[in-house]
Amino acid sequence: MKGKYWSPYLAGGLSGLALVLSVWISGKFFGASTSFVRVAGLIEKVFAPEYVASLSYFQAKVPKVEWQVMFVLGIMVGSFVAALSSKTFQIVWVPPMWAEKFGPGRLKRALWAFLGGIIAMFGARLAGGCPSGHGLSGVAQLSVGSLIALVCFFVGGIISANLFYRKRR
Amino acid sequence: MSLFYGFITGVVFGFLLQKGQVIRYDKQIAALRFLDMTIVKFMLSAILVAMVGLYLLEGMELIKFSLKPTILGSVITGGLLFGLGWGILGYCPGTSLGAIGEGRLDALSGILGMLVGAALFAQIYPWMQKTLLLVGNYGKITLPQVLGINPWIVIVLFWLAGVLLFRWFEQKGW
Repeated sequence: MKGKYWSPYLAGGLSGLALVLSVWISGKFFGASTSFVRVAGLIEKVFAPEYVASLSYFQAKVPKVEWQVMFVLGIMVGSFVAALSSKTFQIVWVPPMWAEKFGPGRLKRALWAFLGGIIAMFGARLAGGCPSGHGLSGVAQLSVGSLIALVCFFVGGIISANLFYRKRR
Repeated sequence: MSLFYGFITGVVFGFLLQKGQVIRYDKQIAALRFLDMTIVKFMLSAILVAMVGLYLLEGMELIKFSLKPTILGSVITGGLLFGLGWGILGYCPGTSLGAIGEGRLDALSGILGMLVGAALFAQIYPWMQKTLLLVGNYGKITLPQVLGINPWIVIVLFWLAGVLLFRWFEQKGW
């Protein structure tokens, strides 16, 4: 394998294989957004344990570290290993495309990322999954709802990204 | 043991996401702006491979499917909301952690925002249960079931569509 990166077809295909093996070996489908609920619950529990216990959503998605939370942490470590091994690790506070359009200000980017994060996760939990849970795991099972979710992810994303980068300003 | 498997699986997936260059804001937004289809190539390749493997293993009764219910009200509203936020953040929940792993630290505030979003949803969930989560609930359904045809026909059609799409991307230099 030459070069720092792999073809997205190869890396993607191997990811699909990884999903199949994961389901076969440990019965687990990929997903990520439920972990944000569990970790948010764990943090809230520090301040108001009884209140967290009273919320029905946290009764369904119990705040604890389980398979998927470890999976999501593993993604960070795996990406770190890949970046180190190919010497592509680089501290970047403002993505180049963003900087070109909106300037190099870190705070501006951080605030928009924060806001985008709130909206994205609220939407993912309402939809019942994110591009991993619906997009990859769900569509690979040919779930009707997941197919619809994936289309809606892209429709929403195309709208907001193009509004952000429309000409003028 | 489940925790260990989760971690290892995550490491493998994170490694591949980084190698495929899909955990960058620039790549994710470039797809949404029709400039570069790297993330679509990655995602669709993963889906096409997984589809075959999962249906094979399910057919041999070696695995069980885990379908999310198709609730039109919440899937469509939530999906569009997710997309709107994603187009601003430029990372999805899984890739945001991968972004940190390769040093893209603007993902940190995105992760904080996503934790807030998850907490907000936990607050409003009882109300959603009485509203959007009741609209158009068709239960756990798959495309072959709805069409009443053999799943392998659907899989072959997905592969055909995928290959044609990939060819088109390459011709356009996307």
